[in-house]
Amino acid sequence: MDQPDRSLADSLATLEGPYFGDFGGRFVPEALIAALDELDTEYSKAKVDPGFTDELQRLHRTYTGRPSIITEVPRFAREAGGARIILKREDLNHTGSHKINNVLGQALLTKRIGKTRVIAETGAGQHGVATATAAALFDLDCVIYMGEEDTRRQALNVARMRLLGAEVIPVTTGSRTLKDAINEALRDWVTNVETTNYVFGTVAGPHPFPAMVRDLQRIIGEEARAQVLDLVGRLPDAVAACVGGGSNAIGIFHAFLDDAGVRLIGLEAGGDGVETGRHAATITAGAPGVLHGARSYLLQDEDGQTVESHSISAGLDYPGVGPEHSWLSSIHRAEYRPITDAQAMDAFKILCRTEGIIPAIESAHALAGAIDLGRELGPDAVILVNLSGRGDKDVETAARWFDLLDHDVAEKVAEIPGEQK
Amino acid sequence: MSAGRSRAGDRLDALRAEGHAALIGYLPVGFPDVAGSVAAATAMVEAGVDIIELGIAYSDPVMDGPVIQHAVERALEGGVRVRDVFGAVEGIAATGAPVLVMSYFNPVLRYGVDAFARDLASAGGAGLITPDLIPDEAGEWIAAADAHDLDRVFLVAPSSSPERLASTAAASRGFVYAASTMGVTGERTSLGERAAELVTATRQAGAARVCVGLGVSTAGQAAQVAGYADGVIVGSAFVRPMLEASSPAQGLEAVAAVARDLSAGVRGADRAEARTR
Ligand SMILES: Cc1ncc(COP(=O)(O)O)c(C=O)c1O
Repeated sequence: MDQPDRSLADSLATLEGPYFGDFGGRFVPEALIAALDELDTEYSKAKVDPGFTDELQRLHRTYTGRPSIITEVPRFAREAGGARIILKREDLNHTGSHKINNVLGQALLTKRIGKTRVIAETGAGQHGVATATAAALFDLDCVIYMGEEDTRRQALNVARMRLLGAEVIPVTTGSRTLKDAINEALRDWVTNVETTNYVFGTVAGPHPFPAMVRDLQRIIGEEARAQVLDLVGRLPDAVAACVGGGSNAIGIFHAFLDDAGVRLIGLEAGGDGVETGRHAATITAGAPGVLHGARSYLLQDEDGQTVESHSISAGLDYPGVGPEHSWLSSIHRAEYRPITDAQAMDAFKILCRTEGIIPAIESAHALAGAIDLGRELGPDAVILVNLSGRGDKDVETAARWFDLLDHDVAEKVAEIPGEQK
Repeated sequence: MSAGRSRAGDRLDALRAEGHAALIGYLPVGFPDVAGSVAAATAMVEAGVDIIELGIAYSDPVMDGPVIQHAVERALEGGVRVRDVFGAVEGIAATGAPVLVMSYFNPVLRYGVDAFARDLASAGGAGLITPDLIPDEAGEWIAAADAHDLDRVFLVAPSSSPERLASTAAASRGFVYAASTMGVTGERTSLGERAAELVTATRQAGAARVCVGLGVSTAGQAAQVAGYADGVIVGSAFVRPMLEASSPAQGLEAVAAVARDLSAGVRGADRAEARTR
């Protein structure tokens, strides 16, 4: 790996946006600028106000279940050349993924600003479930936009959101997945911005979202760094995380940015394989451009039209990526690699069978990356993996992939559009 | 607002001298196909549209409501390319009406901002309307527009602060596009009060010309807006009859009928407010 370019600052962990090198910014309609300015101002005040930070900490302790534990997985690690593999268990958070870390912060902020309604986009449904949960807790009206395609492959999460009192609106335009859900949420926000806050689910979007969501997810890496030091007595050799928009990855990477000896590896969804064109490996195979309010890498054709992404994992099925990841890649501080559906599902199964942990398929991409890394780095290596979520929502997809359903049922399930295999 | 000859600005000034506001009509290029969009724009000009706003179809049109979303989806399914816009501009400019291109930023960025400006200018285009590009992020486009003598139309919204109205007015050339309401494109039964206030505030912030768009669909609304703005921008009301048309010929007729109706509204407006400003 090339040496990181440290000319920009002594620390790589200080950028507050709007720009991360050539990436980031605010490419949105003027109508949203006032709301983004308001969010930026209020967040800047809140993040140094003990009234806000103490309350968030209290919620994390008493509601989320933080600190999340780390778990060393020696039986799984046998598949990874015998390296020591340690999982950061974001899957054990309330609502089942890292998304709650971000949402509680933004919901508190919504209350501070005095808005009464929140909207959010969701792909896998995890961010939607987390937002619906926070809306119930904080007594906010809640509307979740979800691509129609995703409402089918994550039907259980649709039901969860509705149980929590949220309205789920299936989006039927474009590719009917996460990117179109974001478009529709942005349209709602432009129209209802006086009452409504947009609780964005990842480190993409216009400023201040990339910096704010990162700050709210940074707790993952802060805890994990101390926990690994405590367990192993030294820093890990590598940190692996899956990258959809990039929030769980930036959350675990950030505490290690200035630890030059720690390799940071983001695993993108390789779908059927990058060479097939059916994938969501944005940094691996995309090019810089503007999508959803920020300049960053994206999957686009030669006319700048967004290209549809493909992944077995709804949460990684996004043709964009957060600007800070594009920057970390451009300065060679982090590496991004594709993991195919098949590799991810192999790793998924191995973790189930060797450790009794059913991971989210998103997180299984990070596990597959760790298997490769372990084999590269050898048995002395210590690899920290962000287990960003649990696999309850994915049981149906996995059952079909591994053909675990009895025949009649399998045939019924196979009729559900939007999923192969 | 920067000086320099502005094709759209000159037309707005000439109409103002005659006591009118301009009718500005939007269509996406490539819908129903490239030739069909040129024919429709030509029919609109012949039926009273003063300035054409030609949209580039884009996969993620966040400022557009369902009608325009459907039309651009169909244009993209039909295989329209970004470069098709230049031939279409040339064809429509032959009518004598100024042609502004409306594009989300990424297609322009991907084409190359300066190359896009160069090719738009040599096709006879008047300039570019950029719904998701604010002046703060537009350094490259502002330089390219200066280099190729093109209008640059930025948007203001009811939520814009006085400071932003001033900086947007200063960065624009041709006119400033005032969004009538907080929202996306689409037909609305009533226009907010805020549109007139926004036009006044934008003029006070330094804009020489302000045109109003989003939601205008009837002759009555057009007349109302023409009473205080320099131009009335209409999109979905032109696109919807084309989506619903039983044949291309019927679509052209329907679009021309909408243009005549709106044009009568704009020309019949009580301009007392505009005259006395
Ligand atoms: C469990 C899990 N991991 C990862 C992701 C991907 O998002 P991000 O890249 O922002 O962490 C999702 C998104 O839905 C998710 O549910």
